[in-house]
Amino acid sequence: MTDTSLDPGFSSPRRTTDLVAASLRRRRRKQSRLKWIGIAAISIAFLMLFLLVASMVRTGWQAFTETNITLDVYIDPAEVPLERLPRGGFDDVLAASLGQMLPGVDMDDRATARAVGGILSNGAQFDLRDRVVADPSLIGQTITLTVPVSDPYDQLNKGLIKRETPETNRRVKDAQIAWFDRLQAEGAITKPFNIGLFTDADSRFPELAGLKGALIGSFWVLITCFVIAFPLGIGAAIYLEEFAPKNKMSDFVEVNINNLAAVPSVVFGLLALAVFIGWFGMPRSAPFVGGLTLALMTMPTIIIATRNALKAVPPSIREAALGLGASKQQMVFQHVLPLAMPGILTGTIIGLAQALGETAPLLLIGMNASITSAASSPFDSSTALPTQILIWADSPERGFVSLTSAAILVLLGFLIIMNGIAIFLRQKFERRW
Amino acid sequence: MSFTKMTVSTLAVLAVSATAAAARDEIRIVGSSTVFPYTQAVAEQFANNTGAPSPVVESTGTGGGMKIFCGGIGEQHPDITGASRAMKASEYKLCQENGVTDVSEALIGFDGLSVAISRANDYDWDLTLGEIYLALGAQVPVDGEWKDNPYKMWNEIREDLPAVEILAYGPPPTSGTRDAFVELAMHAGCEELEYVSAGDFGGDWVKENCSRMRTDGPFVEAGENDNLIVQRLEADANAMGIFGYSFLYENLDKLKGVKIEGVAPSTETIADKSYPVSRPLYFYVKNAHRGVIPNLNEFIEEYMSDDALEADGYLAERGLVALADDRRAELQDTVLNGAAMAAPK
Repeated sequence: MTDTSLDPGFSSPRRTTDLVAASLRRRRRKQSRLKWIGIAAISIAFLMLFLLVASMVRTGWQAFTETNITLDVYIDPAEVPLERLPRGGFDDVLAASLGQMLPGVDMDDRATARAVGGILSNGAQFDLRDRVVADPSLIGQTITLTVPVSDPYDQLNKGLIKRETPETNRRVKDAQIAWFDRLQAEGAITKPFNIGLFTDADSRFPELAGLKGALIGSFWVLITCFVIAFPLGIGAAIYLEEFAPKNKMSDFVEVNINNLAAVPSVVFGLLALAVFIGWFGMPRSAPFVGGLTLALMTMPTIIIATRNALKAVPPSIREAALGLGASKQQMVFQHVLPLAMPGILTGTIIGLAQALGETAPLLLIGMNASITSAASSPFDSSTALPTQILIWADSPERGFVSLTSAAILVLLGFLIIMNGIAIFLRQKFERRW
Repeated sequence: MSFTKMTVSTLAVLAVSATAAAARDEIRIVGSSTVFPYTQAVAEQFANNTGAPSPVVESTGTGGGMKIFCGGIGEQHPDITGASRAMKASEYKLCQENGVTDVSEALIGFDGLSVAISRANDYDWDLTLGEIYLALGAQVPVDGEWKDNPYKMWNEIREDLPAVEILAYGPPPTSGTRDAFVELAMHAGCEELEYVSAGDFGGDWVKENCSRMRTDGPFVEAGENDNLIVQRLEADANAMGIFGYSFLYENLDKLKGVKIEGVAPSTETIADKSYPVSRPLYFYVKNAHRGVIPNLNEFIEEYMSDDALEADGYLAERGLVALADDRRAELQDTVLNGAAMAAPK
């Protein structure tokens, strides 16, 4: 190559073709190598994603079903006297009804009676209590009740506690398995979809624990985050893009905003702990504080996305509006902003999706608490989806292993939906000039 | 401009929320991650029984909990903290300085620390505390000298142990479980060694020299997630895991406890203290908050009740090892009457 370029006059046309032909093969080879490296990279990325989702589904799918038992309960007035409501021996009533279904089991023996009662989830007595309190005329009658079974039996029914394990190493003993099999043979055991996963708040019993508290907490966090970060982010972007003079000061601000977008989230958590909770005396564990913290984190993302969307609107539109006598404010709000909106919304949704999965700042402001009722306002204590996953991952009961994976799948589901909306908005409304 | 308007309105929202934060009708509890599941159980039982708002239970670790708990008196400070060791003198002092002068101490039971191994491992493991120290301590005596730990295989420590590599997963230094393991197993094991018992060292020598776990591989800090350790033990039959007894209890089909000084961990051996590595669990309550925070007295009654604490109570179901009946009665008396604790030494 150097030869030919140095003295082109002496090179024969044939020699040039040969040179090109020789290098062509090498260049094509390089190109196809690059292509294959690219394909390999994508395959590895997909394989990782597949492994992640597959392992979550493998451990988590069981949590989407629950084991229920249907039994006829005679509400004995001796155990549940009207005047003692809402207190009463509801657990004894339930254990007695279960004993009726297992003839031959010695219910007078206290330990056996306790073990039989242990088939039912601890929540069963409160279900029954709530029904009786709502309608005290049920006392003395027999009602049909469907309640969850306790975690060990649930695990047994799902095959997660194996029958071939030696009895001494198993949570459920042989006699208990025999009871369960008898109940199953009578058709009392059902395995429906676990609605409670979405409608129950957290509990220490895996069969009763659900994501309601976490979903509502995450909802309040995102709403707060959106209400604060969206107007502030757009306002800042409009000023920087349309009004700010180009000088050292605005350069300085721009560099800082870009830096802010890269600050680790845990730093925002520490800041929130010191400022919002320390100075302002806001409550710990409140979704509102979580939302404020995540707004700090999401704002730079929104500012950057909005500025890019505003930049993409051609100057001719601005000039046309100004030329027809619009003020700068009218130009921004009536012409530029509507055209930039799809881009802004896409950026905002992606920012919020990021905020939904953020854990570290929420840990610092105490949103990893155990709370058995869902928040009714953004100021009530609550968990959020990612912190709920952490709490469950740390719980010793077996049932929480699959619940953890199920919660991760739910979180992934929400992320996919949010990113899907962002892509839809971009495809549908974005205009290109 | 809209920008300034928005800033002003945000500030207004902040101000309003700050005042809204003042009222509190739920009980707030912080503290040890080991006590957390028990407090959680009592909180849920209490909320179900009384219909009161469910107490907010946060797992902050024992030390972190003490710091928040001793922050002061008032609605913005928690009412109760859980601890997997007794309050330290320095923490008591911090409490006193911040006006938290009247605190009741409640011992709720014991928790065993278990060293567990997969059931797939068929050797019948039985170690002394001294051997555990030799396997996991950062510095050990080698030929009469105090040196960095050279042992890589179990049979180098005692000849009849299997010839497998030493590998133990355990809690990180921030964890109360780690503090307890160092104090109960490592310090005690260190004192058992001939080099230490024969050499006449001062009182603090053991504390200063035997507190560090080795960092050259055989001891792996596995984070706070004990379920993760359980999974790793299943995958590697020769690895050991160090965690609270409740995790071993839940996974007895996959794991077995390593015997320590000939005693296997179980509810019985932890309760009668024949299993050497067990620790007391406490909660601390601010007496100044009683009668001010709604339902706090009722919550403490539930926590100290026989239903919760007795040997077949609902906390025992979760792995707590109960106190003897007379000790429990005595404690119920002190705590319910709000007797202030004495300053720790």
